[in-house]
Amino acid sequence: MPWTKLAVDSASKRFLDSKKNLCGRVLSYREALREAHYQALKRDARVFIMGQGVDDPAGVFGSTLGLHQEFCARVFDTPIAENGLTGFAVGAALAGMRPILVHMRMDFLLLTFDQIINHASKLCYMSGGRIHVPLVIRAIIGRGWGSAAQHSQALQALFMHIPGIKVVLPASAYDAKGLLLSSIADDNPVIFIEHRWLYDIQDSVPANEYLVPIGKGLIKRGGKDITVVAISLMVNEALIAATKLKQNGIEAEVIDLRSLRPLDQEIIVNSVKKTGRLIIADLGWRTAGAAQIILGNIHHKIRRYLKAGVEIVALPDTPTPSSAYLEKIFYPGAADIIRAAKRIYVRTKH
Amino acid sequence: MIERIRAVALTQIYVMMLRIRLFEERLVYLYPAQEIKTPVHLSIGQEAIAAGVCQNLTKSDYVFTNHRCHGHCLAKGMSMSAMMAELYGKNTGCCKGKGGSMHLSDPQLGILATSAIVGANLPIAVGAALSLKLRERKNISVVFFGDGAVDQGVFFESLNFAALKKLPVLFVCENNFYATNSLQKARQPLDNIFKRAEIFGIKGWRCAGNDAQEVYDLAKRLIQKLRANSSGPHLLECRTYRWKAHVGPDCDFQSGCRPKPELDAWISNCPIKKLEIFLIKTGLLTQDKIRKIRQRINREIMRAEFLAKKSRFPSAGELTTDVYWKE
Repeated sequence: MPWTKLAVDSASKRFLDSKKNLCGRVLSYREALREAHYQALKRDARVFIMGQGVDDPAGVFGSTLGLHQEFCARVFDTPIAENGLTGFAVGAALAGMRPILVHMRMDFLLLTFDQIINHASKLCYMSGGRIHVPLVIRAIIGRGWGSAAQHSQALQALFMHIPGIKVVLPASAYDAKGLLLSSIADDNPVIFIEHRWLYDIQDSVPANEYLVPIGKGLIKRGGKDITVVAISLMVNEALIAATKLKQNGIEAEVIDLRSLRPLDQEIIVNSVKKTGRLIIADLGWRTAGAAQIILGNIHHKIRRYLKAGVEIVALPDTPTPSSAYLEKIFYPGAADIIRAAKRIYVRTKH
Repeated sequence: MIERIRAVALTQIYVMMLRIRLFEERLVYLYPAQEIKTPVHLSIGQEAIAAGVCQNLTKSDYVFTNHRCHGHCLAKGMSMSAMMAELYGKNTGCCKGKGGSMHLSDPQLGILATSAIVGANLPIAVGAALSLKLRERKNISVVFFGDGAVDQGVFFESLNFAALKKLPVLFVCENNFYATNSLQKARQPLDNIFKRAEIFGIKGWRCAGNDAQEVYDLAKRLIQKLRANSSGPHLLECRTYRWKAHVGPDCDFQSGCRPKPELDAWISNCPIKKLEIFLIKTGLLTQDKIRKIRQRINREIMRAEFLAKKSRFPSAGELTTDVYWKE
């Protein structure tokens, strides 16, 4: 198996939050994704990429740009038939391939629930572990410019509910490459969620192939006073908030979970043991969202360390508005994380 | 005179149909004991399609079937013991008791996945064919589905993509005119399933699904074409009828689901009787041989039943294994 030869790179534990730390080779998130695709196609003839626009001049916001020129049989455009496509990918995976299915808008994954939830996630179990579905489904979350209610949804919580699949959300270019390679190497279906606003962020990205482990969070910034658990774009917001909190003498520890299923409970629990305060910042809606699921999973383990109630920063329970003015109110950011921290401090038992 | 290869094939098809029939008739007998705790969708009356098509397949060809899958799986080579144990929920079953009647599979036999979501196996079969094409194999992918699956969007999505990429897929529609209790004519404006291939520039065919010779001959021709070149998929509509209720061991005419005369007419068009008459007439079988074949099959069934009952249930620890694949 060509994939198992790749060792997990300990460099993934590095601190990557600050531009000052950029050293060596610097790539953007989109370039890191493209490089991971390229190296996977090169390494393994079973890997192929399909989805709307994967071989067009835009190349899925640059993430698959030009790959079809070298791998024309394995990088191809598709009909607009999301559920069918997901079935084609499941069938190809069952029959020995390692498909990567690309959706430029996560919202369109809602058309594919039958194949993902009834099939991809269950076939291994239903067969008594005799078959498996090594499949990567890339889903890009849009935001801004009036994307509105059907081109902006962050639906990770829906997939967290389903046994048999994995859910990952890289927040840095380094993790984008390492987690995509890990997802392709994984023998299970992986929902790989990318936020469109992360595409231009830059990071040190080694040229070699490396794997970032699925299910392992990362401490992006150490702190002793309050834990901020974040995912995807909210990691950046949490880091901005942490800088401002520091000016008020509060040292926030920022954790990038990177995966939601499996969930790195240990990294959260260990941090809360130290800080006694917890904020969870998600991209999705508050009710039954990822933040609530995370809290539900770990509450019994952290309860006795908490100095105040946990705060959740998430979207209000409304569809995404189109108006730029309403969008601004709709999306939480660093300011909301700071307000949540202040509320926790007001409530903290002394 | 009938040529030798064909004679052997038809005899094997006859034996396979009889195996499917007697196995499922035994399920009808066993089911009331409530030891088989899985919904069974019986294919009694439809055996010619599974046996006739699969006679043309090798182990390395893929078959994707649906909730009514016993016949297809037996015809693709699954042992009665592995199947029976699965129905009893035992750990010796083909899926270690985790799949049940509607999800029989065995990757070694090319039965990769069996879906109980109507129509959902079509795109999966197409994807397996895509894999065959990308890996440059000469094998084919066959998918069995009912007239109900034709109502689904993925039917069209699958035909479209398979035609576009010229994939080696044989779409086999077992049109038994009912989706659960809904009549085809209450769901579709025209009785023309096979013609729906034409809109994608591929060929559609129709045959008498209760005539094993017709199914075998036509499937053979289409499968040979699929193996020989990459001219694209074929759609084969086989017209047939299920004798039992949609699910369970009972007949459903008593409850008013179907008119009795309609059922009787199809029972008198039994696919097994039809081939049997032909094989006796041509001297390939005798009453004595048939008696021996039946005895052999009955012994096979008894043995499967014995092993299934004797086998252990999965251990409690197995509840949580196999959720993820571990190498």
